[in-house]
Amino acid sequence: MATTEKLVEIKNLKQYFNIGKANEVRAVNDISFDIYRGETLGLVGESGCGKSTTGRTIIRLYDATDGEVIFDGVNVHGKKSKAELKEFNRKMQMIFQDPQASLNPRMKVSDIIAEGIDIHGLAKSKEERKRRVVELLETVGLNKEHANRYPHEFSGGQRQRIGIARALAVEPEFIIADEPISALDVSIQAQVVNLMKKLQKEKGLTYLFIAHDLSMVKYISDRIGVMYFGKLVELAPADELYQNPIHPYTQSLLSAIPLPDPNYERNRKRKTYNPSVHQYTEGDDVQFREIKPGHFVQCSLKEWEQYKAQYAK
Amino acid sequence: MEKILEVKDLHISFHTFGGEVQAIRGVNFDLLKGETLAIVGESGSGKSVTTKALMRLLPESNSEIKTGEILFGGKDLAKLSDKAMQKIRGKEISMIFQDPMTSLNPTMKIGKQIIEPIIKHQKLSKSAAKKRAIEILDLVGIPNPEVRFEQYPHQFSGGMRQRVVIAIALACNPKVLIADEPTTALDVTIQAQILELMKDLQKKIDTSIIFITHDLGVVANVADRVAVMYGGKIVEIGTVDEIFYNPQHPYTWGLISSMPTLDSDDEELYAIPGTPPDLLHPPKGDAFAPRNAYAMKIDLEKQPPMFKVSDTHYAATWLLHPDAPKVEPPPAVKRRQREFLEMKEGN
Repeated sequence: MATTEKLVEIKNLKQYFNIGKANEVRAVNDISFDIYRGETLGLVGESGCGKSTTGRTIIRLYDATDGEVIFDGVNVHGKKSKAELKEFNRKMQMIFQDPQASLNPRMKVSDIIAEGIDIHGLAKSKEERKRRVVELLETVGLNKEHANRYPHEFSGGQRQRIGIARALAVEPEFIIADEPISALDVSIQAQVVNLMKKLQKEKGLTYLFIAHDLSMVKYISDRIGVMYFGKLVELAPADELYQNPIHPYTQSLLSAIPLPDPNYERNRKRKTYNPSVHQYTEGDDVQFREIKPGHFVQCSLKEWEQYKAQYAK
Repeated sequence: MEKILEVKDLHISFHTFGGEVQAIRGVNFDLLKGETLAIVGESGSGKSVTTKALMRLLPESNSEIKTGEILFGGKDLAKLSDKAMQKIRGKEISMIFQDPMTSLNPTMKIGKQIIEPIIKHQKLSKSAAKKRAIEILDLVGIPNPEVRFEQYPHQFSGGMRQRVVIAIALACNPKVLIADEPTTALDVTIQAQILELMKDLQKKIDTSIIFITHDLGVVANVADRVAVMYGGKIVEIGTVDEIFYNPQHPYTWGLISSMPTLDSDDEELYAIPGTPPDLLHPPKGDAFAPRNAYAMKIDLEKQPPMFKVSDTHYAATWLLHPDAPKVEPPPAVKRRQREFLEMKEGN
């Protein structure tokens, strides 16, 4: 279950690309949040909003431009020896978005899954290595015949499950799942989500769940952060966010989700978001502010008062 | 309602090194004029193969339409020659694919890609075709169509690219539009826009749409009727209300219960156990039986026929046989059935 112990602290994280050039991109622009041990933090937003970059920067696939990521009390982006880095890599794993690109086409599935096991010496004998691979395959809904095949022999959904098995192989504490289920079928999505929840309960895993399927995110997450153009615009407990979305972008995003209910769909009113509604002027101190305990919104001082008043009603 | 397309007892197989994969095993459905028929089902259930067969896009080298008819405008598309099919493809029946990046040619200006089918099928001059292309770009909601006409696909965002793909598909006012997961690669906000656009265009040009997706939210949004496919067959077909509020087939039950709704609590999601059937060796009985908690002895021995639930609603499950025992559908489905009854009484 979610605790109040901070596992990951992200402080003023910035990730810019092409710095100093004409095409500088501020993919992640000064965001701060915490991830508690044992919780699932959902991160949603449209493509290009920086949610994947945030995940990749946290796991040190990118070197942060500025800011800190503190994992278990240690700065991820600090200088590290090889041994420290190896230990860190075992604790934090990632499930990638594109199962096609994230599996080596020249490796057998058993070797892909066991790569982490080999590197970290988690299996004592060949038999144990094989047994673990089979176990992992079965956990993700594949079977032992699949171990000797190559990635191209699988469908996209099956490939994604191999990616999940690979991440689980080293028994990490924290998993960053970057759109892990968007490539899967509905029925299989439920299997995987249930599996992720079960593993979380059993092993006390912590997840950062990046996705755009909002109903699934709500289901799996304890808290949800909404990103827009490199900024975190709203962060709140999952139910709270859906019941009381404050930021106009969150409202627009929620109004766009299609629900499996024809009647609801016939009467759905979609809101559009136009950043100019804020009418920020120069000198406005736009910051991430707490509206009520645990519910944060990116807003100016004036809006802060307004939102709080709105809340009091 | 006028039937625009009839698919009768379609069987399609792929010949592989492992043997014959029976991808489609007897599919029947009609498409009515002006309606949207959604086909749902998991990967490998045959939804894409069915629609590719309608367009005759399956590779000749290893696939075969074993039996069955695809009746469209008095012709059987299953037996048409390649040359005759070229006159239909892109003109009478056109298709929108899942990924707008791979379905557009990156080295060609989008204007040229749109006028290609217009010149080919409608025999218009280049300048008239350009005029028409700009009209369509405007119709699908692309601002500054004259400027955009001269641009390349990489200069467009994902949503805009999908609009271009839709423009190409609609360039010749097709009677049938097949959309194969057209919004899966897009963000929810963009998806909502594209779905609105498609519904709007459907009214304007009165085309029938076959919409393939596995997102039941999208189905609820766009569909008039829904066909649920499993293991190369349609296991249930009905109006969108019938499928969502009064489903009969255990597979449909599973699909509906496995989707979290925004107000579903912490209860565990229902996941259909097991994996899809191996169509290299299709089971003798109901293909869904091994994953079906409600399966009876007969399910393993004999394939169920389509049982009639209402004039528009059919389902292939032995549970509908008069001699079958009464079973309780899962709670999520019962809740829906109850709401539906209340809704009916309310009207």
